[in-house]
Amino acid sequence: MEKPVVYDNGLNLEATELRLGLPGTNEPEKQTSTSARSKKRASPEMAEETRSKSSSCISDADDDAPPAKAQVVGWPPVRSYRKNSFQQRKGEAEGAGMYVKVGMDGAPYLRKIDLKVYKSYPELLNALENMFKFRIGEYSEREGYNGSDYTPTYEDKDGDWMLVGDVPWEMFISSCKRLRIMKGSE
Amino acid sequence: MPEPEVDTRRREIAGVLTGEFQSPSPDQVLENVLENVLLFLTSRRDRNAVSLVCKSWYRAEALTRSDLFIGNCYAVSPRRAIERFRRVRSVVLKGKPRFADFNLMPPNWGAYFTPWVTAMATSYPWLEKVYLKRMFVTDRDLELLAQSFPAFKELVLVCCDGFGTSGLAGIASKCRQLRVLDLIEDEVADDEVDWISCFPESGTCLESLIFDCIECPINFEALERLVARSPSLRKLRLNRYVSIGQLYRLMIRAPQLTHLGSGSFSSSDIVAQGDQEPDYISAFAACRSLVCLSGFREIIPDYLPAIYPVCANLTSLNFSYANINTEQLKSVICHCHKLQIFWVLDSVCDEGLQAVAATCKELRELRVFPIDAREDSEGPVSEVGLQAISEGCRKLQSILYFCQRMTNAAVIAMSKNCSDLVVFRLCIMGRHRPDHITGEPMDEGFGAIVMNCKKLTRLAISGLLTDKAFSYIGKYGKLVRTLSVAFAGDSDMGLKYVLEGCPKLQKLEIRDSPFGDAALRSGLHHYYNMRFLWMSSCRLSRQGCEEIARAMPGLVVEVIRNENEEDKDGFEILYMYRSLERPRIDAPEFVTIL
Repeated sequence: MEKPVVYDNGLNLEATELRLGLPGTNEPEKQTSTSARSKKRASPEMAEETRSKSSSCISDADDDAPPAKAQVVGWPPVRSYRKNSFQQRKGEAEGAGMYVKVGMDGAPYLRKIDLKVYKSYPELLNALENMFKFRIGEYSEREGYNGSDYTPTYEDKDGDWMLVGDVPWEMFISSCKRLRIMKGSE
Repeated sequence: MPEPEVDTRRREIAGVLTGEFQSPSPDQVLENVLENVLLFLTSRRDRNAVSLVCKSWYRAEALTRSDLFIGNCYAVSPRRAIERFRRVRSVVLKGKPRFADFNLMPPNWGAYFTPWVTAMATSYPWLEKVYLKRMFVTDRDLELLAQSFPAFKELVLVCCDGFGTSGLAGIASKCRQLRVLDLIEDEVADDEVDWISCFPESGTCLESLIFDCIECPINFEALERLVARSPSLRKLRLNRYVSIGQLYRLMIRAPQLTHLGSGSFSSSDIVAQGDQEPDYISAFAACRSLVCLSGFREIIPDYLPAIYPVCANLTSLNFSYANINTEQLKSVICHCHKLQIFWVLDSVCDEGLQAVAATCKELRELRVFPIDAREDSEGPVSEVGLQAISEGCRKLQSILYFCQRMTNAAVIAMSKNCSDLVVFRLCIMGRHRPDHITGEPMDEGFGAIVMNCKKLTRLAISGLLTDKAFSYIGKYGKLVRTLSVAFAGDSDMGLKYVLEGCPKLQKLEIRDSPFGDAALRSGLHHYYNMRFLWMSSCRLSRQGCEEIARAMPGLVVEVIRNENEEDKDGFEILYMYRSLERPRIDAPEFVTIL
C-alpha cells in the first residue's frame, strides 16, 4: 500500500508518520529480518517465525529438540569475533551517529554532518541552508527543487546519485553515503 | 652468565693452546659429540625420546634444547621448566582450553603469562621468540618482555587477551631487533595509544606485521612511513580501519610483500571530491611475490577485480570475512589454480564450492564458515558442496565445514576420495540433525571417515549420532589425537569406546552429551597420556570426579561452576589435565580443584 509522497509546504508527512518498524523497513524483506535477528538473542517472536518456516524432513528432528529455539551458549562453535563481524557495522551505524560528508559545488571544503540528529527532510535541508549559506527552492515530486540554483543530492549505497527527498526519510538515512549540493540548472 | 659446560670447553681449548692438553674422559667426549649432534634435532618428540635414554643423554638434551614447547601452561611450573632447560631461545605456551573461545568458560579462569615472563626475564636473557596461544597477557607483561630480552625477535600472540595498544607501544619502541609482531585473533584493548608511531625512526628489521584483529583505528600516516622504512617486510595484515585507498598507498611502497591482509577493502569517506580512484589493479600486479591474501573485512565487491593479477600465484586465500556471492567468488576462483589454503563464507553457496572444486586441484585446506552462525539459519551450503569438493580436491588434508544439511553419502564420498585427510571437522549447526535425505543418524558417515582416512589425527563430529559412531571411532581411529564432541551419543558406552580404543588420544573436548561417571572411570588407564579432558553439561557427578582425582594424583581435576550458580556443589564443566605441579593457586572462586 504505497501512497504517493505528498509534499505540503515542503513537509513530507509520511516520513514523519509514527510507525512501528525498524529504520529501513521499506527495504526488501530479507534484509530487514536479517538485521532484526542479528541484534537480538532468541525472542519468542523469532522462534515462532523459524518454526513455521521449517520444512518436512528437518522438522522431524526438530520435534525431538528442546521446544524453545533459544540460542545455546557457544553453539555453533564460531568465535564471537567472527559472529560479530557481520553485525557489528550495522550496530555502529545505528548507535554511534551517522556522519556523512557534505560538499557544495564551488566550495573548497567538505563538511560533515550527523544524519541521526535530524528527524525529517525539512530539518536537514534547513541545516544545510544554514551551513552553506544558500536557499533551497520548493520541492515537488515531479520537478524537484524549483526556485533556486541549488539542488541537494546524495549518493546512495549503490553508488547512484539521487535527489534528496524522493524516498521516505528512514530509507534515506539508511542508504545515504554522502551529500552534495549541486549548483546551476540541470 | 657463563655456564659450567662452556667453562669446561674453554679450559679444554686453553689446554690445547698451552700444551697442557689432557685427554678428556670418554664420557666427556661422548657428551660433547652428543651435544653437537643434538643441536640438529629439532622435533620435540624426538628430543623427548632422546631424553629418556639415560641420565647423560637427558642432560645433553636439556642443554641443547633451544625451543621450549609447553602445551598446557599449568602442566609444569616456570621454575621447573627453567631449571631443566637452560639455553632456551624460543618459547611456545598454550593456556586456556579451546572451548573457552566459545564463551563456555567464565572469564578470568587463568592462563596468566605473568609468572612465565617474570621467571624468564632473569633466566633466559637470550630469548628471541615467544609464541602464546589462549593466554592472558597484560601490558606490564609486554613491558617486561620488551625490557628483558635484548635479542628479542618474534612475538606471536594467538587468541590472547588482557593487553592493549599501550602494551604494543612498549614492544614497538623497545624491541630493536624485532622481526615479527603477529597478533592473530586477539582481543586488544583500545588504550588510544598510537603504537604504530613507536617503532624506531631509523628503520626496522620488521619482516612480519600482523594486526588485522585490532578493533581500533591506527595512525595511517605513521604506518605508511613505517612500511617505507622496513625494507625486509614480507607479511603485512591490516585491520579493517585501513581503507582500500590507504591499502593502495602501502602496496606501492611494498611490492615485495608475500602475505597481505587487505584491511577493509572498501572506500572510506576519505576520497576527496573529484579524485580518481587509484589503479588498484596495477598495484596488485606489481606484487609479484604475493602468495597469501586475506582481509576483505568490509568488502565492496566492485573492487574484487583488483586482485585478479595475483590469483594465479596465490597459495592461500582467506575470504572468511568477505560477504560475497557465488558469481563474485567464481570470478576470482577461476584464476586460482595453485591455491592450497582457502577460507570462505557459506554466502558463496554450494555452487561457489563447485567452482572451487573445478579449479583448485592443489587444495590442501578448506574452511567454510557460516555468515549467519545460528542453529536455525538458512544454510546455503550442504552435502552438495562437500561432495563436489571431495571429487575435485583429491589432495585435501584438512577441512572445517559449517552447514545446516548433510548426508552420510557425501561424508562417505569424502572419506574415499580424500584419503590424505588429517583433519576432518564437520559442524552441522542444527543440533541432533540426521542425514536430511535418509533420516538416519550420521554414524555411517563419520565411521567411514575414521575407517578410510588412515592419516586422520583430528576429528570433530556433529549431527544426530548414536553410540555406534563412537564405536567406529574407537575401532578405527587409531591415530586420532584430538576429538571434539557435541550433542552426541546415547550412553556411557560412547565415551568408553573412545577412551578404550584410541591410544593416541591427547585432547578430548565434549559438551552436552550423555556420558557419566562410569564412562569417566573407563579412561583411568589413559589420562596420564593426555594433555586434557574437557566435559561440560554431561552427566557427571561431583563424586565421580572426586574419584578420579583420588585415583590419579598426577592429574589436576578442576570443576568449574557458572558464575551465577547458586548450588556450590553443582558444576558445569570438568576440566582435567596432567601436571607435574601441585594444583595452581591462581584459580578464581568459581573453580574448585578436587
